[in-house]
Amino acid sequence: MTLVGQDRKPRVNLVRRFVRRPGRLAAETAALLIAAVVAFPLYWMVLSAFKPAGEIESSAPRPWTLAPTLDSFRRVFGQQEFGRYFLNSLVVAVAVVVASALIAFLAATAVTRFRFRMRTTLLIMFLVAQMVPVEALTIPLFFLMRDFGQLNTLWSLILPHIAFSLPFAIWMLRGFVKAVPEALEEAAYIDGASRARFLWQILFPLVLPGLVATSVFSFISTWNDFLFAKSFIISDISQSTLPMALLVFYKPDEPDWGGVMAASTVMTIPVLVFFVLVQRRLVSGLGGAVKD
Amino acid sequence: MTAPTKSRPVDRARLPVIRGVSRSSPPSRGSSGTPWLYLAPALVVLGGLLAYPIYQLGLISLFHYTQAQVSGGEPTTFEGFGNYAELFADEQFWQVLLATVLFAAACVVCTLAVGCALAVLLTRVRAVPRLALMLAALGAWATPAITGSTVWLFLFDADFGPVNRVLGLGDHSWTYGRFSAFFLVLLEVVWCSFPFVMVTVYAGIRAVPSEVLEAAALDGASQWRIWRSVLAPMLRPILVVVTIQSVIWDFKVFTQIYVMTGGGGIAGQNLVLNVYAYQQAFASSQYSLGAAIGVVMLLILLGVTLVYLRLLRRQGEEL
Repeated sequence: MTLVGQDRKPRVNLVRRFVRRPGRLAAETAALLIAAVVAFPLYWMVLSAFKPAGEIESSAPRPWTLAPTLDSFRRVFGQQEFGRYFLNSLVVAVAVVVASALIAFLAATAVTRFRFRMRTTLLIMFLVAQMVPVEALTIPLFFLMRDFGQLNTLWSLILPHIAFSLPFAIWMLRGFVKAVPEALEEAAYIDGASRARFLWQILFPLVLPGLVATSVFSFISTWNDFLFAKSFIISDISQSTLPMALLVFYKPDEPDWGGVMAASTVMTIPVLVFFVLVQRRLVSGLGGAVKD
Repeated sequence: MTAPTKSRPVDRARLPVIRGVSRSSPPSRGSSGTPWLYLAPALVVLGGLLAYPIYQLGLISLFHYTQAQVSGGEPTTFEGFGNYAELFADEQFWQVLLATVLFAAACVVCTLAVGCALAVLLTRVRAVPRLALMLAALGAWATPAITGSTVWLFLFDADFGPVNRVLGLGDHSWTYGRFSAFFLVLLEVVWCSFPFVMVTVYAGIRAVPSEVLEAAALDGASQWRIWRSVLAPMLRPILVVVTIQSVIWDFKVFTQIYVMTGGGGIAGQNLVLNVYAYQQAFASSQYSLGAAIGVVMLLILLGVTLVYLRLLRRQGEEL
């Protein structure tokens, strides 16, 4: 179709393409509109975080502000130990990401690079484990943590989250491990590399992109966790994580919307940054995991 | 259901792999133990923090276990299926179960419809609109459930929310009515879960050879027809995965309901199983009842998983 307009000036060409493809124009308009609708809640969140209190509590909200202020953020950061909450969330998320990535890497290698009895059974068990409703296990985990004296510690959040992100991580990493050619492994052994050397110096770097894609999921589920944080950190507030800090502003009767939106913004940004960084790998990773 | 008996082409394609491994590593006792060595950390963690709690969950659900037992004031007594009997005799449980199933079904259908439609749309547009939609979707995807919930509540707030102003609804409260509250939660759930479907299906469509689509278009097939007769069958494995994942996620919705309806809505009208179990256990200290609800959820999701496995096997996919 573009051949038709090739001898004309580019501008005319562009116009002609739009005219000739009303379908595409409609599709692109729709795509942009939908993008705006989808992005609107996030825009409104950030906007409200910067609005002065008077504008937030106005019965005629405007989609812009002429007097941006950091008041809400000040309230959030001025809240007792907010930095501590942020740090706690970060420690838990990073610990879970690193631990589950390493453990899942080893397990994925085992189930893709070796044939052994019960291999299929194990794989099915990993699949079934993914389906377990984490929330249903809050009660036994609560007692488990209590018996080990881990209630009110960050371990009570780290350990269960490692367990819950493992099955999916293993399942997803399989594709990446499988994609590394067998020939490479043979070559490594012929050159005299030990198993451990092959594992950590050859396989690990090659699977790293997959590990990154996988860690998005562990990171997000951990960072976003609300139920465990609410159930296991019951009395020692210094061990709380961000979701709890956010709820401080959200009182059902009279929520401090400015504070809630500012805290939400602070909580969302690390995930967004992480997401944007690994975006491309995530898409290809998903494709790999699904097609595989 | 474990041992694959039929020899499928994929199995044969694997043979060189097996030979490769056995050639490169001497068949000694050490090498047959290696996979288990690699699996050990995963199995320890999963055993201790997943399998054992599941066992405990089942156990607690068979005992009488309330605050008195937790603090050691009274001995625990074995109840057999007493908790289940109590649960199944409770009308609210059946209501919550029905609401959970319907709500999850509505969420899944909407998520899949929106996700697939937008995935197709992504293939029809050029780079800039595509990037815009992709970024917006990634933003929604990345938003933590709890912030998403508060933001959507704020958008639909009766006093200060922009939605009521735009729609001219005055101070209509969205969380007051049962259905409008569920609807609001549904919007949030779809908003944060369609991106996974969209991105995955889009990746799948991109993998379909363009000749196939061009041929269909040349034959005069409509968009809908191309989707139904060409794309959907080719994308079946991917669609199965996203459907099952959505079912599992939406069936277990907790944060959105808990935050947006204030712990289950007025008089528990917006409870779903997960929140119900939590309320029974941690708000009413009926730990054994909560555990029984958890077991019911576990069994339902296990059923879904079995369906999933059957579908996978029918597609001849290797594990």
